[in-house]
Amino acid sequence: MTTVDLRAESLVARAQRVADEVAAPAADEVDRDARFPAEAVDALRVEGLLASLVPTHLGGGGASIAEIADVVAALGSACASTAMVYAMHQIQVACLVRHGGTAAIDAYLRDVATDGLLLASATSEVGIGGDVRSSSCAMIRVGDRVHLQKEAPVISYGEHADAILTTARRTPDSPPSDQVLVVCRRPHVRLERRGEWDTLGFRGTCSNGFLLVADDDAAYVLPDSFGDISSQTMLPTSHIVWSSVWLGIAAAAVDRARRFVQSAARKTPGTTPPAALHLAELVARHQQLVDLVQGATRRYDETWIADDRDAVGSISFAIEMNALKVSASELVVDVVQRALHICGMAGYRNDSPYSLGRLLRDAQGAALMVNNDRIIANNAQLLLVHRGR
Amino acid sequence: MMDDEIRTVLAEHGRLAVDAQTLTDDADLYQAGLTSHASVNVMLALEDAFDVEFPERMLRKKTFESVAAIRAALDELAGAGVD
Repeated sequence: MTTVDLRAESLVARAQRVADEVAAPAADEVDRDARFPAEAVDALRVEGLLASLVPTHLGGGGASIAEIADVVAALGSACASTAMVYAMHQIQVACLVRHGGTAAIDAYLRDVATDGLLLASATSEVGIGGDVRSSSCAMIRVGDRVHLQKEAPVISYGEHADAILTTARRTPDSPPSDQVLVVCRRPHVRLERRGEWDTLGFRGTCSNGFLLVADDDAAYVLPDSFGDISSQTMLPTSHIVWSSVWLGIAAAAVDRARRFVQSAARKTPGTTPPAALHLAELVARHQQLVDLVQGATRRYDETWIADDRDAVGSISFAIEMNALKVSASELVVDVVQRALHICGMAGYRNDSPYSLGRLLRDAQGAALMVNNDRIIANNAQLLLVHRGR
Repeated sequence: MMDDEIRTVLAEHGRLAVDAQTLTDDADLYQAGLTSHASVNVMLALEDAFDVEFPERMLRKKTFESVAAIRAALDELAGAGVD
């Protein structure tokens, strides 16, 4: 128990150093210029944090999902784009760890650990409408080689990644839902930029659209179906680490509101500033978000450590993870808006230490990235057969 | 008889890319195009057709992966009903 705690502390301590010394100072510029947070990602690589989730027998840190979630939250308070890049990278690592198991994928995970490779993903596709469990492009297999070509409306940090995990139909004859996940490694993958990324928030994720063309060894097709990869690992990991990004954003907003109220209180000892009541309400709402995300993270972490595929494959678990995403994405907006109300014009300004503009814009992305409407519709369908246990 | 009814449910609600009547018993329904959305509709229609309720432990992808797997689940539920 002590060993685990110490390791967790050192992981988060390293993340905090990157957050404070590298990510935070660059955050406004990353946001303003919609540029990749290269210096923060480099620092994460140097600290070994890109390899945290790779098992120790493959040269990685052997961290748990809960530890990764803590790292993401620490980064999220400093620079949400950096945190999101790190979170998305870990989602891909989780898929390789849980659904590889072959000599080639294990060797690649070793490279991820040794060289600090950065992994991205191309799951959505032009013409499909946001349903990642449906593909139009197909993998074409010729002997030991696979070829695939995909019009991706977004590939977050695609130009900065060392590999892009890409979904495709299993064969040109397969239905849209029978998908595989292919590790498209550089230099065997070519990206042609097709769209810009000029958005309200998460501007540093550089999620441009691309035409992706890959030609690689068939050993880099994951053996499990994407249906299993998605339900058992990609979806729950995504919802946990995304929620952790929002946790970081929320913590930064609460911190600004607290400092604002305390600064006012120092000027009027004996009189509780009016905003202090709003701060008390804000902290209660923030606590809901913290406990929601930490509770779900703990439960997913238990299944991750035990590698309990049956538990993560259950309808109950899918419903819980979907509900987490919807609730957390709404709470983070509420928390940041309340903080803005407390800080008033000081929060509204872009040039004040209490500025909340970037946090508010980043928070608004939470409900939109994999739209909550889609997730609620999924849960509505699952609840038709769920037994409430 | 039971197989016919299972195939009829799959044909009506599975949205498969192939004819449900021509599927072999152990053909992978997910590779035949069964989505998770459609699989819930198949579950509901099977519950109605066979007057059963799949318990939580059977609400897994594996239970509905083939005609044979669905038959095994229904057989188990029918057996449990007799006891």
